[in-house]
Amino acid sequence: MKKELITLNINGDDIEIAVLPWRTLNEVLRDQVHLTGTKLGCGTGDCGACTVLIDGQSVSSCLTLAIEVEGHQITTIEGLAPQAAEKSDLENCELHPIQESFIAKGAIQCGFCSPGMIMSSKFLLDHTPNPNEAEIRAALSGNLCRCTGYNKIVDAIADAAEKSRQLKENNLDPTTI
Amino acid sequence: MTLPQFKFLMPTSLREACALLEKHQGKIKIKAGGTDMIVRLSHRAVKPDFLMTVKKIPDLDGINYSPKGGLTIGALALLREVETSPLVLEHAPMLARAARATATVQIRNMGTVMGNVCNASPSADNIPTLVAMNARIVAASGSDEREIPIDEFFLGPGRSALQANEIAVAIKVPTLAAGSGVSYQKISPRSKVDIAAVNIGALVTLDETGKCRAVRISMGAVGPTPLRATQAEEFLLGKEITDATLAEAGRLAAEDASPITDVRASREYRKLMVEVLTTRALKEAAGFASGQSSIAE
Ligand code: FES
Ligand code: FES
Repeated sequence: MKKELITLNINGDDIEIAVLPWRTLNEVLRDQVHLTGTKLGCGTGDCGACTVLIDGQSVSSCLTLAIEVEGHQITTIEGLAPQAAEKSDLENCELHPIQESFIAKGAIQCGFCSPGMIMSSKFLLDHTPNPNEAEIRAALSGNLCRCTGYNKIVDAIADAAEKSRQLKENNLDPTTI
Repeated sequence: MTLPQFKFLMPTSLREACALLEKHQGKIKIKAGGTDMIVRLSHRAVKPDFLMTVKKIPDLDGINYSPKGGLTIGALALLREVETSPLVLEHAPMLARAARATATVQIRNMGTVMGNVCNASPSADNIPTLVAMNARIVAASGSDEREIPIDEFFLGPGRSALQANEIAVAIKVPTLAAGSGVSYQKISPRSKVDIAAVNIGALVTLDETGKCRAVRISMGAVGPTPLRATQAEEFLLGKEITDATLAEAGRLAAEDASPITDVRASREYRKLMVEVLTTRALKEAAGFASGQSSIAE
């Protein structure tokens, strides 16, 4: 079967790539572009481990055909931190405030769910900068975690929202959260 | 799991899409958001030679309203758009509630209300309210268009009245008569994400004296298609909504339901929940209809 040559915009970079039409975005990201931060859990839209942003909307990459997202902006966990794309030295790379809050609040154990959790959090905070606990829990209903019991993740998101509020009050750049 | 191989079709006009459907009859499947179709492909529940996306066809998106024509929900309107649309929240807030009750945030950012309708699952979240409001499905085949009343749209689990060469392009929801109210009620083992064990949509229209002038009740997940609770509807016509008439309507609705036992709930539990949710839905709809309560969402 013929591969299609398409251009995907991933974390701000245009990447030309040959894909088979039945390949999901998850497969292409992980196996062809080698961005393995995005996980594959269930493959059926139930667990949220594969969550990425397409034009700012959180979606399941396991249910998205790569061929259909040509011309759209794809953001993965690797592209979330402000300078993530430029820094090859990931160890010393600056993190996104949501990522920092996840670490500070102990919201990461094995880490498998974290990329998806963090992308869902990003979508939530983009639309609801001051979420209450119920809103946070509703926003995470499509993301499963088998380790943390969720409370620490909820705390982390509340913490990230609070940091963003303080940044705004001090007129610092709120667009990074 | 890797998806089975298919040829992918991305038509950019309705005419082209209908021609492809005609040409590849029996060997082609349509996808919009893909949240259901990709899962079915992955499970090998379907193995089409061709998969056609309708996402690149212009004019299928958007939500419009006119007082005369009511609400029009385009085939590509996402669940998330219906959930948050100011037009839907103003004119048919229960459609927004039903959209919000569907699956997860990610699925709602991908999936469409039309997809949920066309999959014709008896437990679909977005069907009971549309049935209660007497919606119509606009189906296009090339240059022809017809409107299918939603009562005639569902033929069985996964089977709709769409012909092999037809594409559903919009849902039309009529403006409600004065004195009307609608409700959507759902119960499932999990509060979020899960599909319904039972769901109910109800419309109540009251006359000036507070008697029921029109009632439509749609029950989901209790039969091969969404079912109307006709006995309860007939019983309520011309009567006032009281605790006694509500209780009797709930009992009659349960009589009309023919649920099965599956992983989500037993037949007996479903019958009981039809009674409870029908009563709740009618009570809430009547509250809106009489203007005594307003929708807090
Ligand atoms: S892997 Fe996509 S939702 Fe689980
Ligand atoms: S931290 Fe292990 S699954 Fe969430």
